[in-house]
Order: sequence, then structure tokens, then C-alpha cells
Amino acid sequence: MEHHSNIVPWQMLCERTGAILKVIPMNKEGELVMEEYAELLSDKTKLVFCNHVSNALGTINPIAEIIKKAHGVGAAVLIDGAQAAPHIVADVQALDVDFYTCSAHKMCGPTGVGILYGKEEWLKKLPPYQGGGEMIVEVTFEKTTYADLPHKFEAGTPNICGGIAFGAALDYMHQIGFKDIAGYEAELLDYATQELLKIEGLKIYGTAKNKTSVISFNIEGIHPYDIGTILG
Amino acid sequence: MQIKEIQEEIIDEFSMFDDWMQRYEYMIELGKSLPLIDEAYKTDDNIIKGCQSKVWVHAELKDDKLVFTADSDAIITKGIIAILIRAFSNQKPKDIIEAETDFIDEIGLKEHLSPTRANGLVSMIKQLKLYAVAYQTQIK
Ligand SMILES: Cc1ncc(COP(=O)(O)O)c(C=O)c1O
Repeated sequence: MEHHSNIVPWQMLCERTGAILKVIPMNKEGELVMEEYAELLSDKTKLVFCNHVSNALGTINPIAEIIKKAHGVGAAVLIDGAQAAPHIVADVQALDVDFYTCSAHKMCGPTGVGILYGKEEWLKKLPPYQGGGEMIVEVTFEKTTYADLPHKFEAGTPNICGGIAFGAALDYMHQIGFKDIAGYEAELLDYATQELLKIEGLKIYGTAKNKTSVISFNIEGIHPYDIGTILG
Repeated sequence: MQIKEIQEEIIDEFSMFDDWMQRYEYMIELGKSLPLIDEAYKTDDNIIKGCQSKVWVHAELKDDKLVFTADSDAIITKGIIAILIRAFSNQKPKDIIEAETDFIDEIGLKEHLSPTRANGLVSMIKQLKLYAVAYQTQIK
């Protein structure tokens, strides 16, 4: 369900701080088991994170509900929107999500650049994660005063080209229209699923009721590597 | 035949095909003639690390030459290891160690595979050479 990039950093955080990582179980269809999620939450929960859409299964997670429940126990929520962003428009304010991330390269943009949305109150509280030029108001050898948002998080010369290219990619996607993209993809997903299921021995992983255009499958008796190479 | 000659033969064979579908088919065919590893050697220790599919390789010294046997659970990978073994098996460890591996680039295999798969290919070559190094020290 989760991408390594939304697991490994948290494991590193647990190692550093002694925090405990708990995993929301998933059912056979590839959907989070929401009853179990509710059970896992407690006043000790600091942060809840999951993806909006699973890149492996296509499942669209019920993030509005996930966020509401987490806030109910005072936990913050980070949603990994890398797979969702090209397919679904997330209204971060309506969702009341604390953090939402996505990667430019999943939206026709360049590699190595992305978006971290964070509520201003959170971003103000967070210390800079890197030090360098451009992120300061004043520096003496005794003390440094950090600049305001967003400069506080932008140490050094930024990836200017990446930012401009990402902007162009987003303009391009808006020109086509996210609604039209989603509609066409839904059509393709239905058609591809129907046609694939005609192949004998083919098994689809991820059959959530609410899913986007990702189909993971195996064909009985054939190594996935071979299918991947021939189709690739 | 010397390694260099075998490699040239392989390059010639691959240049006869117009597209990759045909080349893959040929690789699958070559996989069928792979000298299969004895089931007893199909252990986790003999799996080449860094490949997405499982590849087992075993090496044995016969007289002064190193003989490789192998298998894989994916048929294209089996074809790839078959090509490598055809080039490097039945050769003196010293010659295997010193052999160039450009022929892989010349048949275009590496650039046609995805980066993770190309890494798997490099791991296979490395493993065959490591066997040669290990046996070379035994000979001395
Ligand atoms: C759900 C999801 N999260 C995270 C990532 C990783 O993004 P990045 O490589 O930009 O960190 C991806 C895909 O690349 C993804 O599909």
C-alpha cells in the first residue's frame, strides 16, 4: 500500500526519537481497515500518515475520514499525494490536512522537485532542516536569525529551473483540465480491467471499490519480470 | 574458442534481428540450451544478489577450466545468463578475469533493459568474474 518514501523516513525518525510506528492493516481488496485504524489511535498518537492514492494498488484512501479521526485525538496528519496529484485534485484547506506532499515527476514535471504543503502554524513551529545562505535575516558568529516562510526552508541556491519547469507542467495539466483527465482515466481503467480479466490465469491485485488508474497483476505460471520486459 | 571469438559470434547473431521482440524470442530460445545447475546447488547462497528475478549460478573447475551452470525462474533472465555463460564458461579463470564485457553494450542489451534490470545484468557479470578470481587463487 505505502511507497518506501512514506515508510523509511518515519522508521528513521522512530530510531532517532524512540517513537513507535503502528501500521493500519489492509483487507484483501487493498483497502485500509478503518475500524482497526480507529482502534490504533490514542492520545499518544502524534502523527498519522498514509498515501492519498496507492501507487501499487490504485486504492483511493478515505483521507477526509482519516484526517478527522486523527484530529480527534490531537494527532497531525501527513498525506503522501505523489500518486494522487496527477489524478485527483485535493482541496487541502477543505480536508484540513496538516501536510500534503507531491512530486513533480508524477505530473509531467522534472525530477528532483516537488511540493510540501503545510499549515502555516506548523511550518512556523518547525525548525529549518538545513542551514545555508538565503534562509536568514541576520548572521553573526554568535547568532543567526532565520528568515520568514518559505525562505526558512530554502537554504542555498534553490532548484530554480526545476521550479519553473514544474510550473509549466502544471499549466499544461490545467489546460487539459483535471476533470477531463480523471474522466478519461476512469474510462480507460474500466476498459483495461475488463480486457485484462479475459486473459486466462490473470490476477489483479488491488480491487478497491474506490480506485484510480493503476492495475497491478500477475499471470499464473509466468514470472512478472518476463511480462514486464516484453510489455516494456 | 576464445572468449573474444564467442562474443563476436553472439554480436553477429543479435545483429541479424530487426527488433527487440525477435531478440527476446531468441534469448528465450538460448535460455533453453543453458547448462542447468544441479538441483542440489540451487541454494540461497548461490543466488546472485541484485537481480529482480532469481538467478542461481554454480562454478566448477574441470582440468584448468571453469565450467558454469545456472538457472533462473524468469525465462528472459535465463536467456541473459545463458548468453553470459556461453561467453565465459569452459575458459581459464585468468582469461575470464581479463575478458572485456563490451559485447553486452554492442548487442544493446544493457541500454534496452530498465536501470534495475541492467544492474542485475552487471551483478551477473561481476559474479561470474568473482568465481574466476576465487578459483584463480586456488590454482596458484
Ligand atoms: C505514492 C508515492 N509516494 C512517493 C513516491 C516517491 O516520490 P519521490 O521519488 O519524488 O520521492 C511515489 C513515486 O515515485 C509514489 O507513487
